[in-house]
Amino acid sequence: MAAGLALCLATTPSAQQQTARQITVPYQMFTLANGLTVILHEDHSVPVVSINVWYHAGSANEKVGRTGFAHLFEHLMFEGSKNVKEGLFDSVLEAAGGGNNASTANDRTNYYIDVPSNALDLALFLESDRMGYLLDVVSEQMVNGQRDVVKNERRQSVENAPYGMADPKIYELMYPKNHPYHWPVIGYMEDLTAASAEDVREFFRKYYAPQNASLVVAGDINTADVRKKIEHWFSDVKPGKPVDPIEVPPVALPGVVKETLTDAVQLPRLYLAWVTPALYAPGDAELDVAASVLAGGKNSRLYKRLVYDMQAAQNVVAYQSSNGLGSMFRIEVTARPSSDAPGASLQKLKAVVDEELSKLRMTPPDAREVQRVLNQTEASFFNRMERVGGFGGKADQLNGYWVNAGNPDWFAEDLGRYMTLQPTDIQAAVIRWLVPDRRIELMVLPKESK
Amino acid sequence: MKFEVRSAKFEVQRVLIGLTVAVSLATAGVMAQQGPDRSKIPEPGAPPALKLPPIQKRTLANGLPVWIVEMHEVPVVNLTMVVKAGAAADPNGKYGLASFTAAMLDEGAGSKSALELADAVEFLGAGLSTGSSFDSSSIRLQAPVSRLDDALPLMADVLMRPAFSQAEVDRLRKERLTSLVQTKDNPSALASAAYARLVFGPRHRYGTPAMGNQASNTEMTPADLREFYTSYYQPQNAHLIVVGDVTAATLLPKLEKTFGSWKNGTMPAKPVVATATQHGPRQIYLVDKPGAAQSQIRIGWVGVARSTADYYALDVLNTVLGGSFTSRLNSNLREEHGYAYGASSQFDMRLSAGPFVAAAGVQSDKTVESLKEFFKELDGIKQPIPADELKRAKNYEALGFPAGFEATADMAGNLIQLVVYGLPETFFTEYVPKIQGTTAAEVLKAAAQYIQTDKFAVVVVVGDLAKIEKPIRDANLGPVRVVTADEILK
Repeated sequence: MAAGLALCLATTPSAQQQTARQITVPYQMFTLANGLTVILHEDHSVPVVSINVWYHAGSANEKVGRTGFAHLFEHLMFEGSKNVKEGLFDSVLEAAGGGNNASTANDRTNYYIDVPSNALDLALFLESDRMGYLLDVVSEQMVNGQRDVVKNERRQSVENAPYGMADPKIYELMYPKNHPYHWPVIGYMEDLTAASAEDVREFFRKYYAPQNASLVVAGDINTADVRKKIEHWFSDVKPGKPVDPIEVPPVALPGVVKETLTDAVQLPRLYLAWVTPALYAPGDAELDVAASVLAGGKNSRLYKRLVYDMQAAQNVVAYQSSNGLGSMFRIEVTARPSSDAPGASLQKLKAVVDEELSKLRMTPPDAREVQRVLNQTEASFFNRMERVGGFGGKADQLNGYWVNAGNPDWFAEDLGRYMTLQPTDIQAAVIRWLVPDRRIELMVLPKESK
Repeated sequence: MKFEVRSAKFEVQRVLIGLTVAVSLATAGVMAQQGPDRSKIPEPGAPPALKLPPIQKRTLANGLPVWIVEMHEVPVVNLTMVVKAGAAADPNGKYGLASFTAAMLDEGAGSKSALELADAVEFLGAGLSTGSSFDSSSIRLQAPVSRLDDALPLMADVLMRPAFSQAEVDRLRKERLTSLVQTKDNPSALASAAYARLVFGPRHRYGTPAMGNQASNTEMTPADLREFYTSYYQPQNAHLIVVGDVTAATLLPKLEKTFGSWKNGTMPAKPVVATATQHGPRQIYLVDKPGAAQSQIRIGWVGVARSTADYYALDVLNTVLGGSFTSRLNSNLREEHGYAYGASSQFDMRLSAGPFVAAAGVQSDKTVESLKEFFKELDGIKQPIPADELKRAKNYEALGFPAGFEATADMAGNLIQLVVYGLPETFFTEYVPKIQGTTAAEVLKAAAQYIQTDKFAVVVVVGDLAKIEKPIRDANLGPVRVVTADEILK
């Protein structure tokens, strides 16, 4: 994952390997009797603690007719629980100088509470109360309130956002109807309308039991003390039943799938998408690097040709979007205003993209080109060490590696996936996965302006 | 992660109203003998003290002030060259000059072309960015400490030897003009641009985006850029901030070697942005966005400068009104009514008085209802604030303060504020006690002075006028004028 590479360390291969070994986040792990996995990490740089929980359920766990439910459910987790009345979750955290948030993805839902270290008990109390006692307070009225909020979230990010309809369309085109990635995480309006308090109870019992979650507490803590606190606050949360793995149908595009949308935008945009290997599967890292070779920085192949030299595109992005049940590789090009008709200008841009992909299939990228990407990748791993809390902080990363790789301190191994790659590996992945005859080609064209 | 849906805290979230005061005592005995006592919400202990590393203040031989803060946790370093001139220094008719100048610095410098420079920086695993705001411009280098020696000369090229070649200026111009065209696509961006123009007018600098507009960007020449650069990019008008895994003793000779040859020239008097004229009675402006699923609302008027004596009272006031998740605007428009994904307010404090704005994107069919709720909360804030609500807001700001110093970029951002706004270093130690010492009376006085809904000159709504114009007119909230996007962006 992470085509959004940041920055990096350059060096000879031996020095890289040495650095890779240095990237480590020490942790302690244990499991409570109710099945909750707990991971602890000390970092005293600022007097702040992060409580980070991943529930191993996301939109892929939704049932037909209830798309968007995992995310709507996420919103309800802040509405109070048996011993935390409505509105109090946020107000007591703010009164303690803390912050919180959550996000829902296809395969998981993550929550964090960041507080000054004196408020650790408060945060553990709130987190454990909603893990154990959410259903005591769930009501139709509560669902109704957040349903409206979530519908407005959808309006803001889909209907009212430029090009906002493109993304859901690409998922619908790529995944068959009975595949859980077919529908958008935010869900369809009619399904949001249909969601009920009974759905909340069912989803909670099925997916929000402690053995289907992992808790990271990181930051300004004393490991021995905090372990006692966690045992204190979470030991009464009742265990649930194991969750059956999701069965998914195979994903394969029949050929080139073409589609056109119109939107209230000034400039036409081309989207290309391919079916690619799942998160951490062979080919995943190769495609991350390929994405940067194609569109990361001024010297990348597509940026240099389309944006810098030809000046025919406003921007170009490429990324491997990785998920547990499969990934997609995307290229998106926005055309500059031109005398061509919008559709025609996109055809020209597409021809250039295909030329560049074809070059990569015939000849591996230059050693320096790949090294430049790897150096940036390596530096991004260091930059990701700077924060403990929030989305993407160390607590969140420990949880992510535990869930997706089975080892919280998988930093060096993850970096190693990249640092061992050779230019021919990148070429091979482009040949294998970014095929010209099986992909999605979506054009978004400006509506007739008035 | 591209496809996830999140509820970003500061713009958004959940909670419900719930006027019933549920008694939370009914837990005892429910759980097994070992269960915790959940009947009382744990009270936090004494807040931890923030121990900040010292700011090591030095000066290079050419007079350039250098502040170094050592943070040794991660082997990275963040260098920011702050140049104390931004869009506020743009001459009339050349709005966008500071922004264009900063954007050009890394498009070819020293002996390197734009592409060679980008390649060199990326190969080091570094990041080099340039930019400008109304009050300052900056060049920022983020690098692994092991690559700093190789990266510093690249930063120096960008700072001291930018090329401003005609070809690169023309290339970047096209990018900027296209990006300005795209403003029309984004209802939120369009609403903010419209709001700034209608509060400050076309002749005040704050009435046009820092980036300028189509006309000004079309006309700018390499000579214009070079003139702005020569005038303001000088050691006497700059300040270097270094945060990260370095020591002052070993770093300083390198900085001297890298930036020592940067010379002062003559510097023109910097234009000062006059305090904008405050507006008269309320005026409602509508901008059509056919088919829009939401209406973007912006309400307010001219706010205050960063130098305001009411800084702390306004900080607390705004936290209660629209600066936190449990703020009144968010609680009302999101949690109580569900009209919006989030609602907020802000005093944008600059060297001169920037805008105060209350904002939200609301579902189209609730536009009038939302406007009424906005005014209800804006009027309501002039009543005394209940003690517990005031305390929560003060704690949120004061106790959350240490978290803002965690990463090198956080620390650098705080130091940049001191430099650009001429604040004393004691600001960091005074902030918490001054927030905690702010009284209810001070907040009440600030509300009376700075939130006057009858005079809020500007209410901007960007939405589907076919649906919302008549209801807004019928609601009699104030005189209504329809303006076009082209008029606003001109």
